[in-house]
Amino acid sequence: MTKPQILQRTFGRRVAMLAGGQAVLFSALVGRMYYLQVMETERYRLLAEQNRVNLRLLPPLRGKIVDRFGRPMAINDPNYRVVVVPEQTADMRATLKALARVLPIEPEEIERILRDRNRYRAFVPIPVRENLTWGQVSRVEVNSPDLPGASIEVDQSRSYPFGASTAHVLGYVGSPAENDVGDDPLLQLPGFRIGKTGLEKVYDSQLRGTAGTSEIEVNALGRVIRELARHDANAGVELVSTLDIGLQQFVQQRLAEQQSASAVVLDVVTGDVLAMGSTPSFDPSAFNRGLSGAEWQNLSSDISHPLTNKTIAGQYPPGSTFKTMTAMAALEAGMEPGHTVFCPGFMSLGSVSFHCWRHQGHGTLDMLGGIKNSCDVYFYDVARRIGIDAIADMSRRFGLGQPTGLDLPGEKPGLIPDTVWKKATFNDTWHPGETLIAGIGQGFIQATPLQLAVMTARLANGGYALRPHLVRASRLDDATAPDTTPPFPKMNVNPVHMKLVGEGMRMVVNEPDGTAYGSHISQPGMEMAGKTGSAQVRRITMAERLAGIRKNEDLPWPMRDHALFICFAPTSAPRYAAAVVVEHGGGGAKVAGPIARDIMLECQQRDPAHPPGGTKLAAIRAEG
Amino acid sequence: MATPFIASGGANTNMSALEKLRHFNWGLLLAIAATAGIGFAMLYSAGNGHADPWMSRQALRFAGGFCALIVVALVDFRFWLRHAYPLYALAFLLLIYVEVAGHIGMGAQRWINVGFLQLQPSELMKISLVLALARYFHGLTYEDIGKPINILLPIVMVLVPAGLVLLQPDLGTAGMLVLGGALMFFAAGVRLWKFAIVLVAGLSAIPIGWNFLRDYQKDRILTFLNPETDPLGAGYHILQSKIAFGSGGLFGKGFLQGSQSHLNFLPERQTDFIFTMLAEEFGMVGGLVLLGLYALLIAYGLAIGLRSRNQFGRLVAVGLAGNLFLYVFINMAMVMGLIPVVGVPLPLISYGGTAMLTVLVGFGLIMSVYINRDLRIGRRGGVAED
Repeated sequence: MTKPQILQRTFGRRVAMLAGGQAVLFSALVGRMYYLQVMETERYRLLAEQNRVNLRLLPPLRGKIVDRFGRPMAINDPNYRVVVVPEQTADMRATLKALARVLPIEPEEIERILRDRNRYRAFVPIPVRENLTWGQVSRVEVNSPDLPGASIEVDQSRSYPFGASTAHVLGYVGSPAENDVGDDPLLQLPGFRIGKTGLEKVYDSQLRGTAGTSEIEVNALGRVIRELARHDANAGVELVSTLDIGLQQFVQQRLAEQQSASAVVLDVVTGDVLAMGSTPSFDPSAFNRGLSGAEWQNLSSDISHPLTNKTIAGQYPPGSTFKTMTAMAALEAGMEPGHTVFCPGFMSLGSVSFHCWRHQGHGTLDMLGGIKNSCDVYFYDVARRIGIDAIADMSRRFGLGQPTGLDLPGEKPGLIPDTVWKKATFNDTWHPGETLIAGIGQGFIQATPLQLAVMTARLANGGYALRPHLVRASRLDDATAPDTTPPFPKMNVNPVHMKLVGEGMRMVVNEPDGTAYGSHISQPGMEMAGKTGSAQVRRITMAERLAGIRKNEDLPWPMRDHALFICFAPTSAPRYAAAVVVEHGGGGAKVAGPIARDIMLECQQRDPAHPPGGTKLAAIRAEG
Repeated sequence: MATPFIASGGANTNMSALEKLRHFNWGLLLAIAATAGIGFAMLYSAGNGHADPWMSRQALRFAGGFCALIVVALVDFRFWLRHAYPLYALAFLLLIYVEVAGHIGMGAQRWINVGFLQLQPSELMKISLVLALARYFHGLTYEDIGKPINILLPIVMVLVPAGLVLLQPDLGTAGMLVLGGALMFFAAGVRLWKFAIVLVAGLSAIPIGWNFLRDYQKDRILTFLNPETDPLGAGYHILQSKIAFGSGGLFGKGFLQGSQSHLNFLPERQTDFIFTMLAEEFGMVGGLVLLGLYALLIAYGLAIGLRSRNQFGRLVAVGLAGNLFLYVFINMAMVMGLIPVVGVPLPLISYGGTAMLTVLVGFGLIMSVYINRDLRIGRRGGVAED
């Protein structure tokens, strides 16, 4: 064999090997094709479909919240902002400089935008300035030929025309917290707001509406090629509140004179909450735009608790306002209204003395006299005779000791103690002295202002187990909508007893020697009945009692008594009930009473069934 | 008995151009045209149903390249043998030129503007290297090849230009030069155990070589090894390519109907990822047709090599066919996610002037080997007298 022949044979073998290797590798390609395009094709087809069609959510317009007359309390304001699309302008800096001539834009802001621009794709609009005024919007529009790439965008932001006056009831909206988001893709939309507290939170699902969708075809760069289909969003429903915004503002302003106070006004027939005030308050729109750390620190550390709706989350000893319950329990226990007690200014139980607020005593009083004078000794005696469990049972029927079920988040249950509770909580027997203290609404007893208002309303409406609520089915003026207020069940309480206690409350305000005569309403037909309360928040020692009890004015603010007042009006045909609590306000008659009188007068004068300037009660009666 | 330096046989030493044309392998030309035709269709689709900007220019380049093919085929075959080294030297100098110009100018530059086209020296080097290696091995006997000293020079001939290309940096082309060279060593008859040694040495050099890679090159390899790490970054291209590929199914979505390709999900659909678009629009069937055409072209090359009576021709045909195979395999394997993303175009299909020209010139040389299949050439390259 010649040498070239060896070379040629080797070449032949090697080429055969190469061809074989290439065939194997090409087979691998065929196998891969088969894997991708036959075996796995369904998976990739799905991925491809998702790639091509992008479902975008169209956020719904949040429903308005209006008051009972349809006056808007929570609305959506258009938020105009100017944006610049980098790819639409040849010179970004020139456009921004031109914008700065029609809008106030800081030079540093321009530099920041120019720096930020590279982080986004060229077709993504970069916001330059938010919350433009109409004047600014029109200036930008008019100058648009000189502002290449700049345009106006609009979205909606929640706004509360009455600001702090409605903050505690309406609540506010904010970005969803991480655990709120869950599976709802709507909540993941940037800038989407949900109700964080108040009615905004409770009725969030109705207010929110349903999202629309826009099926768009996009390319891999995220640029929209075209819209394939569109389903518009359904705006949230308009929520009609029971509030009368006029009365609400009045109440809020009247309370604002105090450092920390709250008040609730109820319609005793329907259970509508007409006003719910709590001061100090806060600006709800601050939460929408986002609070700074310092602002939050200020709000949350304030001893007056501006963020707390004290009508439902403030729990106070009801003080003498609770004597109405003790009286009801006594009457049901069979005590005659003519039962008399002699008040020497104190009552002894064993070795302990229980004092009346009137040091010199009231002398001999019957039940009406006991209520009218708010005599502590009279109710010590009554409570001692009937026992704590009877008092607790009666007060629970009037709604104390449990949440009223108002449609607001964060309602506190208050506390009505009894022997079972004492045993369960402290593993201790109930002491007789505790009964005396409970009889005048002190000790363990705690109630929210709303509970006191409900209690009063149930007394005034003839014994119906009213439940308060903040939302109506329709506006008051909407005659077509049926009255959907559910008929409240009758309470198992003797109406005669309630009439008697109500008469006592009428005497408190309207008889010259009543504890709240200074707060009586002199307009005929608008008279109110009420009961004062001054809840002690400190223990008065024997030494202080001997040295002379310090007056509230002489005490530091947190040591002063809470001033309370419950009332209903008009006395002839009750329609409105209210509870006022002034934290550490001092005496109920002196501080809370005048506020309650002004509120009762205001809401009767605002009554739509009440002819302006007239005193015709027929209308109110007919309605009641 | 023939002398070692003068081969005998080969009646058709001095054919006229017309005679040579008559000896053209028309089947090969048809296969080339068919493959290029598929390329035009795909570029038409890549242009969203427009001849502009890609198909029309590609067709023009193909026409020019086809003329080059014919010219190259008609040139005296011994011209290529004689000028193999000078051509190699020219390509080498140009490579150094772009490297230096790249340092002086702005960043990585891989081409030289010569009026009508951007000449990539690395493309020229692919052809020149095949010719130079063929020329070198043509001058060795089987025993010569067995001596290790004799394969040192060709190793340098391969590695130095590959190193220059790597500096550009163009990992893909550098790898192609090395693999293409290795293929020719193999065909020339370099002993198999030497390949084993090089393989082992190469594998152990990987950790060292890693440090010389650019970040984006490291990224590509890491992404290939674990594509889930960065689905929107470096892994994005290959993921999108697989989605487009797989969603094509058996019969494809139809011409111009490839949603992934047309909505820009697919990157570089007119160049490196054009096979993906074909697979999306024509499915596995379309892919197999193209793969079959390539197999046919490669088989032509190998068969022509086997048929040739001179070692130079054999090595040129097999070397060029091997290069074609490498391009096709690496490109297809890459777009299907079998190997890391390397910038290797699909011959005759991908948009690009120099690559098209290189491939067609290569086929011109194969054609020339075919025409001169019976030519016997002495080991010193000089004469084929008969």
